[in-house]
Amino acid sequence: MTAAAPAIAVRGLRKSFGDVDVLHGVDFEVEPGRVFALLGSNGAGKTTVVRILATLLRPDSGTATVDGFDVVDRAADVRESISLTGQFAAVDEILTGRENLVLVARLRHVTDPAGVAADLLARFDLTDAADRRASTYSGGMRRRLDIAMSLVGDPRVIVLDEPTTGLDPQARLEVWRTVREVAAGGTTVVLTTQYLDEAEQLADRIAILHRGRIIVDGTLAELRRLLPPATVEYVERQPTLEEIFLAVVGDARAEGEASR
Amino acid sequence: MSTRFLADTAVLTGRSLRHVTRSPDTIVTTTIMPIAFMLLFVYVFGGSIRTGSDAYVDYLLPGILIITVASGISYTAFRLFTDLSSGIFERFQSMPIARSAVLWAHVLTSVVACLVSLAVVVLVALLMGFRSGAGPLAWLAVVGILVLFTVALTWIAVIVGLSAKSVDGVSAFSYPLILLPFVSSAFVLTAAMPGPVRAFAENQPVTSIVDTIRRLFGQQPAGTDIWVALAWCAGILVVAYVLALAAYRRRTV
Repeated sequence: MTAAAPAIAVRGLRKSFGDVDVLHGVDFEVEPGRVFALLGSNGAGKTTVVRILATLLRPDSGTATVDGFDVVDRAADVRESISLTGQFAAVDEILTGRENLVLVARLRHVTDPAGVAADLLARFDLTDAADRRASTYSGGMRRRLDIAMSLVGDPRVIVLDEPTTGLDPQARLEVWRTVREVAAGGTTVVLTTQYLDEAEQLADRIAILHRGRIIVDGTLAELRRLLPPATVEYVERQPTLEEIFLAVVGDARAEGEASR
Repeated sequence: MSTRFLADTAVLTGRSLRHVTRSPDTIVTTTIMPIAFMLLFVYVFGGSIRTGSDAYVDYLLPGILIITVASGISYTAFRLFTDLSSGIFERFQSMPIARSAVLWAHVLTSVVACLVSLAVVVLVALLMGFRSGAGPLAWLAVVGILVLFTVALTWIAVIVGLSAKSVDGVSAFSYPLILLPFVSSAFVLTAAMPGPVRAFAENQPVTSIVDTIRRLFGQQPAGTDIWVALAWCAGILVVAYVLALAAYRRRTV
């Protein structure tokens, strides 16, 4: 792929459900290997964009391509390139973590399903829990399994729809770490979020979707320049509640998991 | 494309069969009601029912098998509904797999689960004194009709699973199917029923299916009943299949 070809290109995307116009012409591009955050409040249309990219929904007009393939005309190719992690952890609760990964590996027709599953379990710190049913997993573990399932077969683009909504602070940090690792591996990541700090922490580029339109699109530095230059003030810095919470419960990941 | 369809269907069927084997209570729940009906009718009402057969359990079993299938398929609707509400259905839809494989896996699982339940019910009937001199061919015909009937009803369950709004709706749809055998020749002779009820009973699918199975068990010539039964099954199958695919398209692109 040449540097110029975007991993995702969305132009003039419109979608309405009955009388409700959800998207009124959305445009954005994502460069390969970057983390792109689609930021917006509830009802802004984030999930609709994601569902169109994942070929689960047809746009009324406009185009969207993933890895160069049109989501309508070349849906089968798009499904080979993209992997969706939906808003609710879509794991099979009755199967174990390992079985979930093997299932997806078989469906993606990879050559060594068991090997791929074992690798991903190790990579996502799930080896100890591998042979327990997913219904016994904590929220963070379930999300990690969910994301691991999305990475089976090395898709070029992964889409995470509100990956940390409903998770406790520790689990949220686990997911952030995971997303960073995925991005470090060269996978293009599109994530939607309603949390500003999440976009700030993870994304190379941030687009703000508001009432069905992208109103701002740029790097964090570019977005900061939209506001008047910072003035220097002396403020006594209080710890945030999150910092207090994490300090009081002890650091997080290792302990949080052991206690579950 | 078709080898992919077969491979994907096999993988997904393995998955949902695992759901069945990991919650054996679903088999127990599907067989409890038919077995309870069988006990009730043989040991409580059976003494007062005249059917012309030597043993009432011989007369009753075909209808009980129909009830077993009707109660079994409600779990198919439930499993499909759970897949939809948990998001795993969307995950499958966004993956490069043969799209109808997801539905066919549920249909095949339904057939296997129903066959297991049917075997359990027949076993209980044998303990209760059910006897048949039917040869292997007749048994094969019985199994064939029951499988066809299961597939036909399963596609109805698929429509329900795809379009239900709540778990309650999913489980409620099978009640009419379970009650249908009561207004048929499954429990009593239709001749004793008042005119309009009798007309309904004699012309609804359960009667022809039940009569066919009863004749096969009784080593009598199946006559025209078998063709009526097969026509009903095929007709339900085709209509339900078309409606299920329409419901499926509404849920997907």
